[in-house]
Amino acid sequence: MTFEQGVFYSLAGVTVFSAVMMLLQRNPVNSALFLILNFFCLGGLYLTLNAQFIALVHILVYAGAIMVLFLFVIMLLNLGDDKRLTEHLGMRMYLGIAFSVGLLVELLYMFGFNTPSSYTQLSPASAEMGTVEFIGKVLFTKFLFPFEITSFLLLVAIIGAVLLAKKKIVQ
Amino acid sequence: MEFFSPTDLLGSSPILALGLFSLIALLVNAFLKNSAGMVFYVSAVGIFVAIGCSIYTFPMNATAFSDMLLVGGYASFFSVLFLVIALFSMFIAKPYLEREQYHYGEYYVLILLATIGMVMLASSADLITAFLGIEMMSVSFYVLAGYFRGKLSSNESALKYFLLGAFATGFLLYGIALIYGTTGTTNLLRIVTMYPQPFNDPLHIIGWGLILIGFGFKVAAVPFHMWVPDVYEGAPTPVTAFMSTGGKAAAFSVFLMTFSVPMSMRDERLMTVLAVLAAASMLLGNWFGLSQTNLKRMLAYSSIAHAGYMIIGIASATPMGQQGIAFYLVSYALTNLGAFGIIAMMEKENGGNLNYEDYAGLGKRKPALAALLAMFMFSLTGIPPFAGFIGKYYLFASAVQSHMTWLAIFGVITSLFSTYYYLRIIVYMYFKEATNHEEIKLPGLTFATVILCGAGIVLFGIVPSLIFDLMKSIF
Repeated sequence: MTFEQGVFYSLAGVTVFSAVMMLLQRNPVNSALFLILNFFCLGGLYLTLNAQFIALVHILVYAGAIMVLFLFVIMLLNLGDDKRLTEHLGMRMYLGIAFSVGLLVELLYMFGFNTPSSYTQLSPASAEMGTVEFIGKVLFTKFLFPFEITSFLLLVAIIGAVLLAKKKIVQ
Repeated sequence: MEFFSPTDLLGSSPILALGLFSLIALLVNAFLKNSAGMVFYVSAVGIFVAIGCSIYTFPMNATAFSDMLLVGGYASFFSVLFLVIALFSMFIAKPYLEREQYHYGEYYVLILLATIGMVMLASSADLITAFLGIEMMSVSFYVLAGYFRGKLSSNESALKYFLLGAFATGFLLYGIALIYGTTGTTNLLRIVTMYPQPFNDPLHIIGWGLILIGFGFKVAAVPFHMWVPDVYEGAPTPVTAFMSTGGKAAAFSVFLMTFSVPMSMRDERLMTVLAVLAAASMLLGNWFGLSQTNLKRMLAYSSIAHAGYMIIGIASATPMGQQGIAFYLVSYALTNLGAFGIIAMMEKENGGNLNYEDYAGLGKRKPALAALLAMFMFSLTGIPPFAGFIGKYYLFASAVQSHMTWLAIFGVITSLFSTYYYLRIIVYMYFKEATNHEEIKLPGLTFATVILCGAGIVLFGIVPSLIFDLMKSIF
């Protein structure tokens, strides 16, 4: 087993383990923490595929921003009552099972029965596209205008949040 | 390495000017006390500078920032339209906000930022800039709709608009992703050179369908119109004036530009879908308009119907239809700004004085105001010599030209419905006795704006060639 394979199998093992543990935990906060572990391992897997930018953004956005939001929701909503939660499932549970089976079949088809020739070899050009350097270059040349104007979009959002949340109400 | 050229800067100068002045206005607002009036003047200057830049770039026919933006012609024409709308809506807003004691500088900053989004929409040659423009405009609108933070109706309006708007944005983005996936580019100029090959891919067609849903929401076409009445009614009146004119014009400018790509094929299926959308909007908008008692709500349903008339121009896929839309947007913007300006002047605190009955006897109490409102209603109905007639004539004629005579007939019949609710307000003003004798104050700035709008619809109604001559060089 080469070094690369070793890294892959250990990361993949932890990914699957944390995903399963996330589902099995009774305490929602523990579930959320296992989800964070899962995101970090996925980020590592992206790194082994030479997709540095996606790896970083994945950890920053999902493990950083979205998980904090999750934890806030869990703490604010106080999801202590399991029974009431399961009552609402019913129909949705069967839909969920149907979707997971569909996804499993799709994956099996992709990797088991389809000829894998087009997936085995990663072309150097597409591997290069995932690097931070390449994305930075494109952002500051071809996509310079959208990149810069996005800062104005963020400015609108900040002004809006401050205006709606902070201004004194005149009675 | 060279990042951009002077041409890029010149081409995007209207956007840069607006951005610069919005930042100056924001700083003035932050560092000076009681500076709302000052921010108003800074913003107005910014809009004038941007109008100057747009007019200067009009003869250029180029793209900027590696084909991200269109420069000149189409972009300049619509930019000037949006900028004038923004200016007029600010003139309506200032006395109104002062009266309601909600006069803050942030209002004008948000108007400027929304206008940047609109100008980007009209100039976008790429789906990415189109998406950013739509988001910038919409996020500003969400905030502006909820500007009266102490009023429940305003909160409701903002929240409804935000939730549904974010949902519609999802459709738009998914559509853009599918088109990128099937063609390998988001650039409209490059996609158009690939036709008709991408149309063989069902994913490509689904992509356009999803984009159509996103745009249908933004222009308020049936069946994506559910948000319109509540949002228009709950938002502060000057904001409604700005949303219903600027927002609609911007959404149509990008709708027209983007769909000119697949429509360049004159694909029968797409033409039929658009025609059905137009017919449904005209029918339902005018039908529900009949039973309204609140003027803001009536104008909201009328806005749905007018979106239907304008979609005819896209469905017909002829230069005549495109010119018809551009002309219609000008006349609709002036008419609606005028009508909402009058409503803003008549309105009392806490949303009073918005019903038909409150306008009874206005013809005797304020003859000038009543005459102007009557003119706007005639223009919305499409009665000559006002601009609304010319616009409708061009749109219906383009449908006939494109062998969709049924659509033109349908449009005329639904216009007949609308006569009832537009003319009803005139009946109230001139043939009913006044029940309410409170004094009506006419703030000079708003009244002057309304008179300008009235003069505009008469001028363009009598001499439409003023606009059509400009458009010969665009389409």
